[in-house]
Amino acid sequence: MIEISLRKELLGSGGTMELAVELRIESGSFVAIAGESGSGKTTLLRILAGLERAEGRIVVDGAPWMEGRRSLPPRKRRIGFVFQDYALFENMTVRENLLFVRPDRALAERLMALCSLEALAERYPATLSGGQQQRVALCRALMGEPKLLLMDEPLSALDPAMRRRLQEDIARLHREFGTTTLMVSHDPAEIYRLADRVLTLEQGRIVGDAAPLESLLETAGSQKFSFRGELLEIVRRDVLHVAVVAIGQQIVEVVLDRREVERLQPGETVLVSTKAFAPVLSPEPSR
Amino acid sequence: MSGIDWTPFLLSFKLAGVTTLILFVLALPLAWWLARTRSRAKPLVEAVTALPIVLPPSVLGFYLLWGLSAQSPLGAFFEETLGVKLVFSFPGLVVASCLYSFPFMVQPLQSGFESLNRHMIEAAWLAGKSSWQTLWRVALPNIKPALLTALIVTFAHTVGEFGVVLMVGGSIPGETRVASVAIYEYVETMEYGRAHLYSAIMLGMSFAVLLGVALFNRSRSRNRGGDR
Repeated sequence: MIEISLRKELLGSGGTMELAVELRIESGSFVAIAGESGSGKTTLLRILAGLERAEGRIVVDGAPWMEGRRSLPPRKRRIGFVFQDYALFENMTVRENLLFVRPDRALAERLMALCSLEALAERYPATLSGGQQQRVALCRALMGEPKLLLMDEPLSALDPAMRRRLQEDIARLHREFGTTTLMVSHDPAEIYRLADRVLTLEQGRIVGDAAPLESLLETAGSQKFSFRGELLEIVRRDVLHVAVVAIGQQIVEVVLDRREVERLQPGETVLVSTKAFAPVLSPEPSR
Repeated sequence: MSGIDWTPFLLSFKLAGVTTLILFVLALPLAWWLARTRSRAKPLVEAVTALPIVLPPSVLGFYLLWGLSAQSPLGAFFEETLGVKLVFSFPGLVVASCLYSFPFMVQPLQSGFESLNRHMIEAAWLAGKSSWQTLWRVALPNIKPALLTALIVTFAHTVGEFGVVLMVGGSIPGETRVASVAIYEYVETMEYGRAHLYSAIMLGMSFAVLLGVALFNRSRSRNRGGDR
């Protein structure tokens, strides 16, 4: 069981903001942290790792990691951390990267086998692809048999196929080791596949705490079919305005009326929904 | 003109070697600290460190002459307690060279450490390593070009110094008469043949060292990017 109660002043893009988090996490659970950038997700992970200071309390399995002014340094916390940019030790081979954490050969070989890295054991990080490097980083993070595995958008720099592959590796390692895990992620599919609990952070506060399905379903009310997308551009065609919207990997066009054009800004996040099988963005169509 | 007297060159290299070694030990922790600190004292320390770059060598030499002489507390301490005379002596030249070449060791190391991925350093801490282990096993091996630059530039800069050594060391053959001072004296006494010879040797060696560094860095960058 991990008990977290902390606060910290953050300097965000919109002035100062207070990160204030009260949280209990069951041992062995896999928690995803979602939320817009600047909401404090990365800072929360870094405070848990001891890489940033904060006020409050962190107790892990009865052992205080942070209490008032006393704070355990990162190296004494038994944390596994996976960074978005892999952060492997460039001067060491894959195997050396793992053994540097702890000279436990059996564990290193087991981890490499679980992530199909045996053939790459003698290679240096600079010669590996992004996906391969992140698999090494994942194994390295588990070498210390951490109490807590923290992952900061670990897969966001990878292409979709590699991301899928890594998700399977993460899931396998979680089944195998049962490490309590916190993962920052923006990808609903990834969260759904991996996590058993989703926290949503907004302006430094937890505004959502639910199971993945409950948290991720966007549809509400009478809109049975609804997709979140990014409004890329509004183009004028004869008398019509057409919005070009990116939904996931797809681009769609939606016809707009003039009043909607005034309300919408390219770059905005919009909800594209159908009502009674007629695609609409507004309840009031005109010429 | 009889055979070449190599003593001034040997003395120059001995001085540069000792200075480089001492400065590596002194500058490493400071550069490591400067690269990571958020302390308000950082600009102050950086300014003091960089002083020898902008000060005229004669100013540095004058202060050193004054500071190291038996009239000053430091010079008196060395002479009375340790029996080491710091003015017009080889140990004095080492002290002077260390001060004079200090920024040339600190700055490349510092910028090398600053260019490292911060997350890589944090990963070492999270792996349970101390700051010292992180420096020695992760940070230093990953800044090899900067490390090489620091060592070579410090060495070369010490070989090339003139004003400070002349003021602090004078020109005692076999003790403080380094190559640059020897060349100056040959010009003074109008022995241009020897001055030419010594200068050409210095020029050739300096070029060879710098070419060697450039070739090393090139082969290294090729190996790094080659087999992606």
